[in-house]
Amino acid sequence: MSDANAQEEYQPSKPHKDEFSALLEPFYYGKSMTDPINTAEDKWNLLPAFLKVKGLVKQHIDSYNYFVDVGLRKIIQANRVVRSDFDPKFQLTYTDIRIERPNRQEEEDLENHRSSVTPNECRLRDMTYAAPIVVDIIYTRGNTRVKRTGVKIGRLPIMLKSNKCVLSGKNDRDMAGLEECPLDPGGYFVVRGQEKVILVQEQLNKNRVVVESAKGIMQASVTSSTHERRTKTYVIQKKGLMYLRHNTLSEEVPIVIVLKALGVNSDKEILLMVAGEDSAYQDAFAVNFEICGRENIHTQERALEFIGHRVRLSKKPPGASRLRNYHLEAIECLSSVILPHVPVNGTNFRQKAIYLAFMARRVLMAIQDPKLVDDRDYVGNKRLELAGQMLALLFEDCFKRFNHDFKLSIDKVLKKQLRAQEFDAFSHFSVHKNHITLGVERALATGNWSLKRFKMDRAGVTHVLSRLSYVAALGMMTRITSQFEKTRKVAGPRAIQPSQFGMLCLADTPEGEACGLVKNLALMTHITTEDDEEPIRKLVFDLGAEDICNYTGEEMHGEGVYSIFLNGTPIAVTYGPKRFLNTFRRLRRMGRISEFTSITINHHYNSVHIATDEGRICRPLIVVENGRSKVTARYLKALRKGNMDFDSFLSRGLVEYVDVNEENDSNIACYENEINQYTTHLEIEPFTILGAVAGLIPYPHHNQSPRNTYQCAMGKQAIGAIAYNQFTRIDTLLYLMVYPQKPMVKSRTIELTKYDKLPAGQSATVAVMSYSGYDIEDALILNKASCDRGFGRCQVFKKTVQPLKSYPNGTSDRVNSALLERDNPKHHAIGEDGIVQVGRKLEQGDAFLLKSSPLDTAPGMTNVRWNEKPLTYKLPDCSYVDKVCITENESAGTPLIKLLMRQTRRPELGDKFSSRHGQKGVVGLIVPQEDMPFNDQGINPDIIMNPHGFPSRMTVGKMMELLSGKAGVLDGSLQYGTAFGGSKVEDMADMLLQHGFSYSGKDYLTSGLTGEALAFYVFFGPIYYQKLKHMVQDKMHSRSRGPRAILTRQPTEGRAREGGLRLGEMERDCLIAYGASQLLLERLMLSSDAHEVDICEKCGQMGYHGYCRLCDSDVAVRHLTMPYAAKLLIQELASMNVKVVIGLEDEFPRE
Amino acid sequence: MPRPGQEELAQRNRVNVGLETVTNQASTDFPGHWPGENHEWDLGYFRENFKVQFHTNAPLDSSFSLIGIDTSIANAFRRILLAEIPTVAIEYVYMKQNTSIIQDEVLAHRLGLIPLTADRKALSWMKWYKKPTDEDPGSGSPSDYNTLMLTLDKKCEWQEGGLDRAARGETDPERLYKNHNIYARDLEWHKFGQQVEIWGDGEGLRAVHPDILIVKMRPGQEISMQLHAIKGIGQDHAKFSPVATASYRLLPTIDILKPIVSADAKKFARCFPKGVIGLEPVTAEDAKKDPELRGKEGEAKAVVKNAMRDTVSRECLRHPEFADKVKLGRVRNHFIFRVESTGQWNSDELFLESVKLLKIKCQKVRRGLDEMMK
Repeated sequence: MSDANAQEEYQPSKPHKDEFSALLEPFYYGKSMTDPINTAEDKWNLLPAFLKVKGLVKQHIDSYNYFVDVGLRKIIQANRVVRSDFDPKFQLTYTDIRIERPNRQEEEDLENHRSSVTPNECRLRDMTYAAPIVVDIIYTRGNTRVKRTGVKIGRLPIMLKSNKCVLSGKNDRDMAGLEECPLDPGGYFVVRGQEKVILVQEQLNKNRVVVESAKGIMQASVTSSTHERRTKTYVIQKKGLMYLRHNTLSEEVPIVIVLKALGVNSDKEILLMVAGEDSAYQDAFAVNFEICGRENIHTQERALEFIGHRVRLSKKPPGASRLRNYHLEAIECLSSVILPHVPVNGTNFRQKAIYLAFMARRVLMAIQDPKLVDDRDYVGNKRLELAGQMLALLFEDCFKRFNHDFKLSIDKVLKKQLRAQEFDAFSHFSVHKNHITLGVERALATGNWSLKRFKMDRAGVTHVLSRLSYVAALGMMTRITSQFEKTRKVAGPRAIQPSQFGMLCLADTPEGEACGLVKNLALMTHITTEDDEEPIRKLVFDLGAEDICNYTGEEMHGEGVYSIFLNGTPIAVTYGPKRFLNTFRRLRRMGRISEFTSITINHHYNSVHIATDEGRICRPLIVVENGRSKVTARYLKALRKGNMDFDSFLSRGLVEYVDVNEENDSNIACYENEINQYTTHLEIEPFTILGAVAGLIPYPHHNQSPRNTYQCAMGKQAIGAIAYNQFTRIDTLLYLMVYPQKPMVKSRTIELTKYDKLPAGQSATVAVMSYSGYDIEDALILNKASCDRGFGRCQVFKKTVQPLKSYPNGTSDRVNSALLERDNPKHHAIGEDGIVQVGRKLEQGDAFLLKSSPLDTAPGMTNVRWNEKPLTYKLPDCSYVDKVCITENESAGTPLIKLLMRQTRRPELGDKFSSRHGQKGVVGLIVPQEDMPFNDQGINPDIIMNPHGFPSRMTVGKMMELLSGKAGVLDGSLQYGTAFGGSKVEDMADMLLQHGFSYSGKDYLTSGLTGEALAFYVFFGPIYYQKLKHMVQDKMHSRSRGPRAILTRQPTEGRAREGGLRLGEMERDCLIAYGASQLLLERLMLSSDAHEVDICEKCGQMGYHGYCRLCDSDVAVRHLTMPYAAKLLIQELASMNVKVVIGLEDEFPRE
Repeated sequence: MPRPGQEELAQRNRVNVGLETVTNQASTDFPGHWPGENHEWDLGYFRENFKVQFHTNAPLDSSFSLIGIDTSIANAFRRILLAEIPTVAIEYVYMKQNTSIIQDEVLAHRLGLIPLTADRKALSWMKWYKKPTDEDPGSGSPSDYNTLMLTLDKKCEWQEGGLDRAARGETDPERLYKNHNIYARDLEWHKFGQQVEIWGDGEGLRAVHPDILIVKMRPGQEISMQLHAIKGIGQDHAKFSPVATASYRLLPTIDILKPIVSADAKKFARCFPKGVIGLEPVTAEDAKKDPELRGKEGEAKAVVKNAMRDTVSRECLRHPEFADKVKLGRVRNHFIFRVESTGQWNSDELFLESVKLLKIKCQKVRRGLDEMMK
């Protein structure tokens, strides 16, 4: 009874907290609700609100969701019907497509089954995290139409945290239940147990005119991309004349003829459409009409015929007459091959003609004014292709092949007119579903996107998600690769573009060959998904613009007339562009159209551009109207209280998304006090121009810029905590720090990316002074006692996988515990089951798995012999067994034994450390604590750093980090080093003073060796140090003798093969120059591949046993030593019918 | 033979703390440095001048001054305190079971760093443990005179009704599990052999701070291990160091060369920690003595009240108005020691122990010299 009462009264002590609950708490990142709101300082609160809605890798997830929810249906729409070549009555129509919940492959056929599969299970079992794709179809069976719903056609890998993923919408607690880290960004796939990311691909925009000047030829080109086709069309100016160039045309066709063929008959109209009333343009264009006279082309008919003669036929239809209908071919070509993205209504080519005329006009203008040539590197001319788009391409290809295969197999049956029973095409339907599953899975696993349809063959699209540290994974999700070749030495695409401000990170790019080609997104960047054009088109006309097709060339290019382009295609004309633009924007801010629609005016071309396409880079900005920011204290208070979120800011028009083109057309104030009458927008926070990785750097605005770039590369190699589920993972190689600490000097970005929850480094007390001479060239001095107490201690986990394979003769690998020898010291770690025991120490040569595999595996073999050699531990350094995982692979069903070995390492001489300012160094000396200098409180440094590291590197940020860190330590607070902000040096110096330290951060130290005061004051305080993955233990290598390569008999290469250390060409040159001939001989031959041969002096050929086969004698045979590689070369040449004769003479001939 | 005056000696004994440099930091009172002066070490002189003053003396934190001693000797004490006084700490951990999330090595490392304490006399009875060598892996077996044995056996379980509460959303581990936090107090000492008599019934080996958290566990997790604590020194591993830190600083001096008055005086006082500089009214007498103070009677004047409390932040040197009015320095032979024991020894004992060790070392050197001279 009392029990029941207790249960009723019982209340859980604390309500459950969610991930972003910090936002809704009374304390808003260190600010209390009652604190006064200062719009100038607190507008950054919008940033966490943005990230709450969007997340750091929302681009990938949004794109994938769009693909799954909308893109798939579009693909189905484009490939709705499958028909047979033989039975005209047969037809299969797709009506719908859906992705179900993810499940295991073996659960595919279960009905009403709720799968418990988790992404982590897929990682551990080497499975693919995928969900069935189901379609609804209607097809004909005999004379009836059969409807089937929920037909599985394959499996689609599911992006983690997308809306189909089991992790979507889960709170931290549920995530823990699914063995998933709540801080994991998601946005990747688990394919065959590996985490794969589809990197963001950067491309030149589609369906837009680009004017370039190549080798003196001015050209305007468009890459048209529709679901059916992807082609490139050029308008070029060659020797003063303008032509249309296209792959399907065998030669360049004069532009005038093309325009004529498109139905613009009058020469004057052509002239006006292209050149307008500008006499300079008219003069430049007029020469083009000459060809009409010469070729006698004055009508559309003639022009079409002219073009028809030049159309290349892709494939001749079999059995068609040899007489070609040039006329029809030209129409076909013009309507669907040239500029396929411009719509053609029946035979009304007006829009296409206008489009072409605009292209020609752009070329004319660029010739007159070379400044009008487009910049290919301008970020507004770039589009980013995300996972969803890449998958859409891939899926469409697979789906088409699936339909094709299906058609072939039903055709085989339908070909036979007489059938015993009614034919049900459905029986052939599911047969091919493996093709889609495997096709998508293979592409994701290998990263090779080879699509025949678009002639696309890209390698390296997917990468294994780097789990070296949390930031490494995060950095990978924001990475953008470019399609440019890495080998070409061009500066343009690699340079920083002014237009990337706020969109792409300025600091985060690799060094070396990919420098500037691989970029990273900035913190607030959003990438658009496609929006429907139709409502925008309607709106354009509703706003008073008039259809461009009703306009003549004269009117189009008249004074004050602006053409309106929708996604690069001219659709309308307006007389009041500014008013049009403002009304359009107002409607967008009101939420009447998608917030990602962008509109800009280009006064050079008298045009208004509206964009709704996918892949544009954009970011949110605060709207400024009438010189006042629309985000006021009232709204920020509501945000802090949780009454408003980012979306409500958007829908109220306080904040809007601005893409690169629109940003270029705006006047953006950085801070509120900079707003003037011309200002249109206000930045939310300046530090968002950096990305997630560069955001870790404290005071980056005080550093020399390359240092920030170096840190961006090194932050990804830092050892730390990688995820909350790090101990449940079994990775090939995993580095973890034993006691990671969050940085004393953090930044807003660190809080937003939650780096402080999964840190990679430790705060070390650093003394900037020279000590012992073992600190030259950036080497660091470490305190031994600090290492004893756990500084820089890290763990390395290595995985060994042993699949137990099955063979054709019915045998399979097995774990044979009978082989266990109790008194064999090599078997000490093995347990009763023949597998190593968890917690055991393994040293070189110890057995860890008593696996035996059959020697005879051919089918039909019985009476099998077994290879019963146990697997042994090979590494020179010992490990402990951390985990043993016995599981089963999904597809093959083979048992899988995964072993995880662990090493715990303390810092040693030569280990690499780095601060957060691109200042790396190796440990040069580890000094006992009593020898370390100490200050008045008796504090010893953990690290001594040589001051020569500062002057040339100019990393002032590091000094400021030390100062802020020291002040924070004394004050018991965490300080900020946020870019373009952060704790002020003056305040820090004051805090130091208050605690009795010198304002400069320099302390009076006493030498630990002599006990006397040091003659100088030492800059002394905490700096956040990262331990990098490069450790001596993994690299140390030497050899006196060892294995040799089989073919050449020279020593092997590399540490893994216990290789020799090469005396290279340059070293050889030194020995030659020095004249050390005997040493040279020893190094190059005797210590390498010396080989004894018998050579016949007479014929110069090699013999054996002192006998020459060729001369059939042993008279002139001499015994000598030569490199085996030389002997091999001679024999290889002989095999190619090249005879090599060796001439011998005495080294010291008699006089 | 001219003898240096008191003034001169004090000056020589002063380390000058400048704005950017420290000068005169090395001592010069050794024979042959000053021409015509005899600085031979003299026991009588040393006896007369050497002074020890205790400022605080708590078991875990003591502070005292050694006055009139050479830097090298003071530093030797400091170094011995840090690295050479033996203590007992856990060195060997024999894991029987560890299903907690902390790996064996890390757990062992954590255990090693826990400061232990016991009856001093019993601890000093402990002999050195000889580690087994590569040549003779069987050597160095643990015995009652060199090894103390502890055990740690804990298993985390659900509390009664805990599962039920968890199902209803309770997240506080205190109300759900038993033994989910393992603290240093959970270490159990087992005496064996001679230890039973020698250690008596008094308090045995235990952690200094019983609340050190060793590991957190959840139901189903279990740790069981035997721990061997041995005697070692800080040179081998920091866990054997008997002190959290032991260091000294020199007594600061502040010399006001020219009077600092009124607003400047207040500012000057603010350059130092509280209580270092006092403000006194300028007396008529002062005014008479110093022409600069004339007419400023009754205004505040900065005087040094307690230089020992100064942290030598050198702030006063930064301000140009004090540039030639103040001189900072430190007394070279006045060492303010601070010894923070980790708990196995009392802080004051530690210092005496360091003296003892230094003496033993000196005797060793002396024997060595005698050996050489033979």
